[in-house]
Amino acid sequence: MTLRLEGISKYVEGEMHIDRVDMACEPGQATVLLGLTQAGKTTLMRLMAGLDRPSSGRILMDDRDVTRVPVRKRKVAMVYQQFINYPSLSIYDNIASPLKLARISKVEIDRRVRAEAERMQIGHLLDRLPAELSGGQQQRTAMARALVRDAQLLLLDEPLINLDYKLREQLREDLQQIFRERDTVIVYATTEPLEALTLGGSTAVMHEGRLVQHGPTPEVYHRPASVAVSQVFSDPPMNLFAGELDNGELSLGAEARFKAPTHLRDLPSGRYRFGVRPGQMHLDNRDQARMALTGEVEVAEIAGSETYIHVRHGEAAWVVQVEGVHAFGLGDPITVYIDPDRLFAFDSAGRLVAAPASARPDAT
Amino acid sequence: MEKTYYPKAWLMVLPVVAIVSFSAIVPLMTVINYSVQDIFGPENRYFVGMEWFREILGDPEIRGAFQRQFLFSFAVLAIEIPLGIAIALCMPRKGPWVSVVLILLALPLLVPWNVVGTIWQMFARPDIGLLGIGINGLGIDYNFTGNSIDAWVTVLAMDVWHWTSLAVLLCYAGLQAIPDAYYQAARIDGASRWAVFRYIELPKMRGVLMIAILLRFMDSFKIFAEPFVLTGGGPGDSTTFLSQYLTTMAVGQFDLGPAAAFSIIYFLVILLVSYVFYQVINNLGKGVS
Repeated sequence: MTLRLEGISKYVEGEMHIDRVDMACEPGQATVLLGLTQAGKTTLMRLMAGLDRPSSGRILMDDRDVTRVPVRKRKVAMVYQQFINYPSLSIYDNIASPLKLARISKVEIDRRVRAEAERMQIGHLLDRLPAELSGGQQQRTAMARALVRDAQLLLLDEPLINLDYKLREQLREDLQQIFRERDTVIVYATTEPLEALTLGGSTAVMHEGRLVQHGPTPEVYHRPASVAVSQVFSDPPMNLFAGELDNGELSLGAEARFKAPTHLRDLPSGRYRFGVRPGQMHLDNRDQARMALTGEVEVAEIAGSETYIHVRHGEAAWVVQVEGVHAFGLGDPITVYIDPDRLFAFDSAGRLVAAPASARPDAT
Repeated sequence: MEKTYYPKAWLMVLPVVAIVSFSAIVPLMTVINYSVQDIFGPENRYFVGMEWFREILGDPEIRGAFQRQFLFSFAVLAIEIPLGIAIALCMPRKGPWVSVVLILLALPLLVPWNVVGTIWQMFARPDIGLLGIGINGLGIDYNFTGNSIDAWVTVLAMDVWHWTSLAVLLCYAGLQAIPDAYYQAARIDGASRWAVFRYIELPKMRGVLMIAILLRFMDSFKIFAEPFVLTGGGPGDSTTFLSQYLTTMAVGQFDLGPAAAFSIIYFLVILLVSYVFYQVINNLGKGVS
C-alpha cells in the first residue's frame, strides 16, 4: 500500500489552506509531517483521510484513485490530540467499536480487542469507562481503537501533545515499536523536531500550506533546503546572521571576520544568510578557532541541566543552548563563539547553498 | 501539625450565620412550629402533634391535586426534554443564523409568568383568540373555560411554549462543547447518525440534561401564576395545582396549621423526587456491559 498525493490543493472560501502538495508515503516507516501550528498539517491529514475533499489534485492508494471515495470506505484510522473515546462505552466496547461496525465474529473481536489492549498496556482496564482513566490511558485506548482494525492508512495528529513529559516519552517508545511492526502507511503530525527525529523514517516539512521538503529524516535534518525548514526543524529555531563572503574571508555582522571554512570556500563572493543551531553556539573560545560575537542577555531560561540564553545583538536575536546551569543578569554583556565549520549558508532567496561538512548525508 | 485557635474567627462567620438564619432557618422553623399547632389567634393556640399531617395526607382533594401535579410535571418533562434535544440538534452550529435563532428562542423565557397566562388567555379564547378560533375552525369543539381536558391541554401547551427554550438552550450549549474530533472519529468509524447521537451526543449532554430535567421538574411542580391567570384552577378543580391549593388554604382560608403541614410535605416531595432523578441520571451509562 502506497499513498500518493498529486497536486493537492485546498481552498476554503477563497483562502489557501494547502497549496499543490505532491508526496508519496510508503508503508513500514512513519512519515512525519513536521510544521508549526497553522502550517496545514491537520488539513492535509483530513484530506488524506477523506474527511474533506481537495479543491484540486488526486489522491491515490496503490495507484487507485480514491479522491472521491468517502472516508468510511477507505480503511483509515486516526488518533487525535484530544483523547477521543465514546464516553458511555467501556474501554472494551470502545476498542471493539470499529470491529463491530465491520461485522466481524464475536470470538475474533474478543481475541483482537484483548491482544491490542494488552499491547497498549490497558488490558486490566477493559471494564472501566474512559472518564475513569488517566489521560495517558485514555490516549492508549484511542490508539488501541485505531490500531485494532486493519487500516491501510493510520493518521496520528499530534497524539502526544496533551500528555505530560514522562508519559510522552514512554508512549513515543511504544509507538516506535508499533510502527516497525505494521505494514501500514503511517502519517504522524507534530510540531516537535525531536519527535520527527525519534519516530520518522521520513520527514515532510510543511510551511504555510506548502510542502517545503520531504526526504529521509537525517537528510532533511542535516541539509534543510531552506531557511523555513531550518527554523521548523530545530528547537529552539536555528539562529540566523546576515554575513558576507569576500575572497575566502567570512564576515558576520561588522565585527567578526574569519578565514572561510572549507565547506564555504567554493561559494562565490557575496551576501548570504548564515545559520547555526543553538546547541552549536558556545561561551568559550576553544583553540581560538571560533568566531566571537557580542550582545546582551535578554533572558536566561534554565531547563533541566541546560540553559537557554536569549541574546540580543542590535536587530537580531539569538538563542544559545549551553550545558549546565548558568545565571545571567538582564542586560549583561555577553560574548558568544561560533565554529565557522558548523555554519549553514543560505542565499538571498533563502535556499540552502552549503551545509557543514560532517552533516553531509554520507556521513550520517 | 499544631492546631491554632483564633477566637476572632467567629466574628467573621457571624454575618453569614445571621443572613442564613433570617432567610432560611427562621422561616423553616416557623413553618414547622405552625404545622404542629392549631392556631386561632396569637394568644390562642394549641399543640396538636401530627394531626395536620394525618389530615392532609388523608384528604382526597389534596391527593387529587398531588396526582394532577405529578401527571402535569411528568407530561412537561416527557414533552419538553425530547423536544428541546430535537430542536437543539436542528439548530445551526455556526454562522449568522445562530444569534437570530438564539434570540427567538430566548424570547418566551423573558416574559413574566402572569403575562404568559394573560397572553394565552386571550390567544386561546374560542370567541376572539387566534388559537381558539383556529381550532374550532378545524371542526374540533374547543373551549378551555368549559371543558376540563381542553383546559388541561392548554395549560400544558402554555408551559411547553414558555419553557422548552430553556431545555433547548441547555442542550445546545452541551452540543457546542463537543469537540469536532468526536464527529470526525465517528465518521472514520463509519458510525450512523443514530450512533453518533446515542454514543457521542447523548452521553456528552448528560450533565446539561440533568440540569434541564431537575429545573423543569422543580419549576413545573411549583407552577402557580400561569394556570391561576389562565383558568383560575378550573373548570371545577381540573387545573388546580398544588401551589394554588396551598395559597387558598393559607391566605384564603387562613388555615395556618394545615397549610404549614402541607408546605412541609410539598417541600419534602420535591426534594425526594429531585434526589431520585439525580441518582438515576448520574448512574445512567455507568456500569453498562
